[in-house]
Amino acid sequence: MNELIKSIQVSIWFMFLTFPIMVIRVNAIEKSVIWRWENLALVGVGSFVLSFIWRWALRRKEAGDAAAASGGKEAGRLSALLENPALRLPIQVVLLAVFCTIPLFVTTYQTNILISFLLYVVLGLGLNVIVGVAGLLFLGHAAFYAIGAYSYALLNQYFGLGFWVALPIGGVVAALAGVALAFPVLRLRGDYLAIVTLGFGEIVRLLLENFSDITGGPSGISNIPRPGLLDMQLSVAGANIYIYYIVLALALVTIVAVTRLKDSRIGRALQALREDEIACEAMGIDRVGVKLMAFGLGTAWAGFAGVVFAAKTTFINPASFTFFESAIILSIVVLGGMGSNLGVILGSAFLVLLPEYMRAFSEYRMILFATAMVLMMVFRPQGLIPEKRKTYTVSDPELNAATGGQN
Amino acid sequence: MEPVLDVTAVSMNFGGLRALNDVELKVNSGEIVALIGPNGAGKTTFFNCITSIYTPTEGEVWFTPKQGVRTRVNGMKPNLVTALGMARTFQNIRLFKNMSVLENVMIARHCRTKSGILGALLRSPAVRREEKEIVDRSYELLKYIGLHKFYNEQACNLPYGAQRRLEIARALATDPALLLLDEPAAGMNPQETESLKHLVLKIRDEMDMAILLIEHDMSMVMSLSERIYVMEYGCLIAHGTPAEVSSDPRVIKAYLGEEAHA
Repeated sequence: MNELIKSIQVSIWFMFLTFPIMVIRVNAIEKSVIWRWENLALVGVGSFVLSFIWRWALRRKEAGDAAAASGGKEAGRLSALLENPALRLPIQVVLLAVFCTIPLFVTTYQTNILISFLLYVVLGLGLNVIVGVAGLLFLGHAAFYAIGAYSYALLNQYFGLGFWVALPIGGVVAALAGVALAFPVLRLRGDYLAIVTLGFGEIVRLLLENFSDITGGPSGISNIPRPGLLDMQLSVAGANIYIYYIVLALALVTIVAVTRLKDSRIGRALQALREDEIACEAMGIDRVGVKLMAFGLGTAWAGFAGVVFAAKTTFINPASFTFFESAIILSIVVLGGMGSNLGVILGSAFLVLLPEYMRAFSEYRMILFATAMVLMMVFRPQGLIPEKRKTYTVSDPELNAATGGQN
Repeated sequence: MEPVLDVTAVSMNFGGLRALNDVELKVNSGEIVALIGPNGAGKTTFFNCITSIYTPTEGEVWFTPKQGVRTRVNGMKPNLVTALGMARTFQNIRLFKNMSVLENVMIARHCRTKSGILGALLRSPAVRREEKEIVDRSYELLKYIGLHKFYNEQACNLPYGAQRRLEIARALATDPALLLLDEPAAGMNPQETESLKHLVLKIRDEMDMAILLIEHDMSMVMSLSERIYVMEYGCLIAHGTPAEVSSDPRVIKAYLGEEAHA
């Protein structure tokens, strides 16, 4: 009964809220008002039902939390499946085989989508080093993507450098820019850091837009050459497949590198920095050095991705690197699971592939996007796949003897 | 023999507030020295000054590491002070809560190891060996402190007393010559305090370390320390052996207050 009253209250409140936009339609030319009462009924019934579902889901989540608190570790079915050591290797092999062969069977359009998916994987993994591992909220990732792309475009335009020379340069330039940004923001944390990095992202975009003499301004740079394969002239489709393999290789390198970094001495220092800066310094970790490293290591990947992006599209302009881009990359990291590489890959699959394949709903994309984020934050704030910590094993016969019965 | 820690006339001002006033203190090697005083006397501020988290307004802090030269540490970066050989624990526990017990200790090996980004990416045999050494040494320390059973637990899931001990293990992992303990027994029950006392003595004897400790538990201070410094309102008011200090009228006054005159 109580539930019923609550739901009725919710439904009345929503009917009241949406009344002006859903019911009244004023036609200013004919000076008439159309009252669409049927919409009111729809909103009422819809919110009534949804509020039931909402409360049911919340209760379920709380029950789950309580169970997790009392019954030890709760692992999602998905992550349990993915972490099963027996399945791990076969899954990896199958996935790798699928990704290696897929462009040979699908259209250029599909390959393009996959390229952008893999690019976002690289971008997301890079940002994950900064946001997920080191815990620095960073909203300017697209700026470094732009720096990478423009390094290739400009180096090619003015110095005639090829793709393979520009690739490492783009990464290094982006990393240096990341370190340069890190210097003034060393003292900032959390929201303040987010604001400064957001500002930096906009500064880079505006610079590119207004430095028309060099960067071509808003009209961008066109005719960027695709990477060549042993001096062969590739067709557009062929070049596309070639780029696909380059991105695939880049993504694989990124995955391996980022995973190794996370489990290394440097990675541990980054994680410690996220936990407690003062304790970090007291334990002999150079806070400044480690923070600069975090920025450099994260933004370098954006630089690499940028170079590939410029080569793929053959045309870049500042409009490709807006704040929206940074927000998407950040959402990939947050949705996937901060600090979890697998999560980031899944997150970019959700945020890049789904919109592409659901073009029919493209008008509602932002609404769905926002709803998904809100639901995610309420029901699974740790992300699709929560960060899995590396567990260390020690071989100590005494310990095993002491706890032999329980382990 | 030079003292491990030699603090000369250190003062610390926060704006108009003088938190420390001309504090002089010496710790010799292999010695356990206690710093006591009522709440707000400036003990933790003093710790922050010697570990360079704060830079003292006046005065100098000299530190002599094992087989090293006497170095002035005030104004140095805190991580370099730790690298020199001064390690501390915190009054309000500052563990890396979401990391495992073992990792907490492993992080403290950071300043004693050196593999960099390239090493992490390539994972050469030397890097893997170093990594294994970090794990082994950290586990050894956990065993020393008696927490090895929990090595894979999250640090925040440990009981309170164990968290305090883990802080000590973490400090030991930096291979210090001087260990600074900021209220290690706070919040512990009598048994835990007793075993902590033994641990501190064991560390001093077996690891050849000087220990400076801030503590409110008088039984612990009196039985452990060779010398005691007493602070009140940022000034040293007494200094000496436990017996001397406990009979000093100024100390009694600071702790118990003055008798009201009729």
